[in-house]
Order: sequence, then structure tokens, then C-alpha cells
Amino acid sequence: MKANPKDVLTGIYYIDGDVASGYGALAAGCKFVAGYPITPSTEAFEAVCRRGPQVGAVFIQMEDELGSISAIVGAAWSGVKTMTITSGPGYSLMQECIGFGAMLETPFVLLNIQRGGPSTGVPTKTGQADIMQSRWGSHGDYELIALAPDSPQEMFDYTIKAFNLAEKYRCPVMIMSDECVGHMTEKVVIPEADGIEVEPRRLYTGPAEDYLPFKPEPDLVPKMAKAGDGLRLYITGLVHDERGYPVEDSAYKSKYVRRLVDKIRLNRNNIIELREEGTDDADVIVVSYGISSRVAVKGVEIAREKGIKVGTLRLVTVWPFPDDRMSELAKKARAFVVPEINYGQVVYDVARCAHGDANVVLVPHGGAGVHNPNDIADAIEMAVREEKKIEGLVEFKTRLQKSVFEGGFKLKE
Amino acid sequence: MAEIRFAGYGGQGIIRSGIIAGRAASIYDNKHATMSQSFGPEARGGACSSQLVVSESKVLYPYITESDILVAMSQAGYDKFEPEMSEQGRLLYDEDLVKPKQSRGHIAAHAIPATRFAEELGHKIVANVVMLGFFTAITGVVSYDAMKKALPESVPEKALELNLKAFDRGYNYGLEAVKRQGDSQKN
Repeated sequence: MKANPKDVLTGIYYIDGDVASGYGALAAGCKFVAGYPITPSTEAFEAVCRRGPQVGAVFIQMEDELGSISAIVGAAWSGVKTMTITSGPGYSLMQECIGFGAMLETPFVLLNIQRGGPSTGVPTKTGQADIMQSRWGSHGDYELIALAPDSPQEMFDYTIKAFNLAEKYRCPVMIMSDECVGHMTEKVVIPEADGIEVEPRRLYTGPAEDYLPFKPEPDLVPKMAKAGDGLRLYITGLVHDERGYPVEDSAYKSKYVRRLVDKIRLNRNNIIELREEGTDDADVIVVSYGISSRVAVKGVEIAREKGIKVGTLRLVTVWPFPDDRMSELAKKARAFVVPEINYGQVVYDVARCAHGDANVVLVPHGGAGVHNPNDIADAIEMAVREEKKIEGLVEFKTRLQKSVFEGGFKLKE
Repeated sequence: MAEIRFAGYGGQGIIRSGIIAGRAASIYDNKHATMSQSFGPEARGGACSSQLVVSESKVLYPYITESDILVAMSQAGYDKFEPEMSEQGRLLYDEDLVKPKQSRGHIAAHAIPATRFAEELGHKIVANVVMLGFFTAITGVVSYDAMKKALPESVPEKALELNLKAFDRGYNYGLEAVKRQGDSQKN
């Protein structure tokens, strides 16, 4: 289905990633945004507030982030496409209801402009340390989808994709951006509506008496109803049967939760999007996402000037993780180098998939800034020098680490 | 390619300067321009900077490696970002707010009383736009026409006239400075 021309602010803009994401949400047909403004995501709220009324979208500033995410879960069940926007502490507060959304198979989009943490951290500066939280931040087993755009244009494009994935798989979708991309300003081209594909709500259309709100279709995703449309709905965070009624039986619980997990895992090849360059004959592959992939460009350039065969793999979709492709590449390349703005999160999944076939080097960063590209280049060089297989993963000692805390903390004897 | 740093304190329109120049370059000069900003938790008064990378081709790495141009609107901004300048770089500064040290390498320094001019025009809030006019005349990174097109969509409508005047004041001062320099080289 094509986007509604009324929703699309066609034109050429010079805007930041936050604003582009707000415009993307409106283009995707989002009609309800609830949130509690927080740096560095505030510009996304402003974009929705300013342009939303022109396309019939409503924004509500809630009392806090708990209220915000609860409101959008409710709004989704009324039939509209919804989103909330947050960062840092707000994202932590939303975790419980993310699980609630996953349990109720509620389509919504959450834009997280990551900032330096933990806690209040460094509000105006960047971080990528929520990336594992986006996978398992709520309690219980579930799977969802997380995307990591790396430019304002992608913030527009992938916000639309996030809405499409949310509708298709009936699950929360996280846009795990970061302060650098959120506050980066570049040219953004918003096409005409007929150039934008949008996924409609998978509404049930059969006889009312046969409707079961949690009965899966062949792709494991059930058809949805709008509350108040006359179809029988019972919605609870308790494990429930196909009617929605609570069930405590262990066997049933296993089956139900397994479906929540498998509707993402088994469809992962249709969900995952990667950008690869020069990976097929590379000695070292740099695996990155979000702003770190833009920074890695420079590191890779420096390493290539030294004659090292470097490939790049960018995780546009971070979750679900591309296990198969990563394992395949581990058999060809000698090492993976993973720069991320945290002390090791996605790198553990890279190591898991490499399972000893390739060395894995983490280039950490404590946040509030991006990597020095020379560190990434040096880590690539170190990785290619290393002949033997290393047990576990290696942490590269960055210039910052060496200068600020002399290579790392040690316990005194 | 040109790597440009605008530095000052919050409230001076430092980030706005990066946006206006970036918009002019990418939308109206058909180049590629990536603007990144850095600011602290304070709304006004804290250290603030923006970086702009302008290129004929797509900007992959979005940050400054070595700045070709430093536009300094505060002493702290100058002190912090002078060391990242290329030895062939150009320094543009508000002469009432910044006292540059002995120039190194082949760095060319260009001074303008931007804030004073803005006050003469009616409001110091347009000091950054005076500076942008000066920047346009001295560096040629963005064209005059592109900047004039970018201004109306970058400032509030009621302040457009003042901003256009401020821009021209800085631009003309820059042209004179360039001419003076050309004359002195001839002599």
C-alpha cells in the first residue's frame, strides 16, 4: 500500500536526524504520539508537534515515560499507528511496558536517541550502551526488532520501515539511534507519497463469531482487531490462549511464548538488513552500527592505505542478529573488529557467531564522544597481525583508555 | 572538501550558523554538507560548537580531522579549537571577543567586529549572521546566492529583514577585507 499523500511532507530539507524521524513517522501514517520530552530526542517531539496537526496526527505530552508508553499501547489497540520517543532514563522507565506490548503483540515504534549513561549520564552527548537493553530490557522471553540508522535520510527511511515491520510482525520496533545521528543535520529528500510503501494494519475481516485475537496466521502473526469495533477482545499481560484468556499451564505457556520468540526468529531472513562492502575477500571485517559505522569509514580508509584487506558489515537491523551470515563470514575472514560506544555489547553476539573460526576484537568507547578513527585502524592492524586463534574476545586498548586511566583499572594486591 | 568549525557559547547562534551554511551548501549549491553540533546542558552561556563538512561527493566520515576554517565567536572556543586547525587554515574571529595568539604555520587570520556591527544594526542576536556574511566573502565555501536563499527558511519571518541586513554588512566588510589584502599584496 502507498502512503497517503496528506501525510507526506514531500520536499528537500536540511534537517537533523530527530526531525527526519518525526517526519518519517508522519509519512508512515502515525496518528498518535505520546511522550515526555528528553534530551537529545526533543527535536523529534518538536517535529511531530509542529507538523502533526497538519496531517491529522495527535501528540500528547504525558506525565512521564510510563504514561507515554502505556498510552501508545492503548492507542495501537484503537487502530492507529503510534510511536513514542525517548532517551536514556526514559528508555529504562519504558521497559516494563515494552514487554507488555510484546506480550499483547502490539505494533508500535519506539525512537530511542541514545545518550551517555548510566542513569542521567551525559544528557547532551552520545552513547550506544542501550543496544542490549533494546533486546532484553523487559522481563521474560520475547523477541523484537531494532534498527540503527546512520544518517538523517536513514532516520526518515527507517522510521517508515520500523512502522512497516511493527505492523507486519505485530511487535514493538525500536529505532536505536544515538545523539550523533539524532543531532546530525544533512539533506533529507522526502519523496512523493507514491514512492513510499506503507504496511497497513493486519485487520481481521472474517465472521465476528470466529475471531480469535491471538490465533496465528501461517507466518505466526495473528490478525488484529480495533477495540470497539464489535469483535470480541480480551487483552491481558498474563499468558493467554488464542481467545486472550489467562492460562497457567506450563505446556501452553511454553508454546505461546515460543511463538512470540519464533515469529521473529523464523522470519529473520525477511527482517534483517545488512550493508556489506568488500567482505568476501577481506582479512578483517569491521562490524558496526549507527554512528560508529560512519566513524569506522575513516578507520577502514587508514587501514586500507596500509595495504590491509578490510571489509565492512553494517548492522542496519541489530536485532534480530544475523547469526547465519556472521558465522559464514567467520569461516572466510581472520578477524572481526567491532567498534561500539560501550564496553562490549553487540561484540558478544559477534563472538558467539564466530565460535572460534575468527578472532573478535572489541574497540570500546565510554561514551559522550565517538571513536578516534586511528584506534579503529590500529585495532584492524592488530587483528590482522594476530596469527593464532584467540580464546574469547580481545579488547583493544584505545588512546583514550591509555591516556585517561593508563590502560585499565587493576585491583591492588 | 572543507572542514569548518564554528565555536562560541550557547545563545550566540553557533549551531544555527552551521545549519544556515550547511543548508546553503547542500540545498542551493548542490554540494554535500554534514553539520554536527556539540553543546552542554545549559541553554545559554555554556561552550558550544558546530562542525560542518562540505564536499563535492557524499560525506561518509562526518567529522573534522583537521579544520580548514575556524570561526571563533568566543575566547574559549578559539582556545579549544585552534589546535585542530590545519596549518593552511583560515581563522575568522570576532575581534571584540577573541584575542588570537601568535599565528602558526600559514594560518590566515581575518577579524571582524561582528557583535558590534550587529548591535549597530539593532540587535546583537544577529552577530552570527554578520559573521556568516563575512565567512561567505572570505572563504567562498558557499556562494552568496545560496546563503541569501537559505536565510529566509532559517530565521523567524519577522526578523528576516534584520538578518539580511546583517548578512550584507558582514559580506561587504569581508569583500573590503579581501580587496585590502589584494591591494597590499600588489604593493
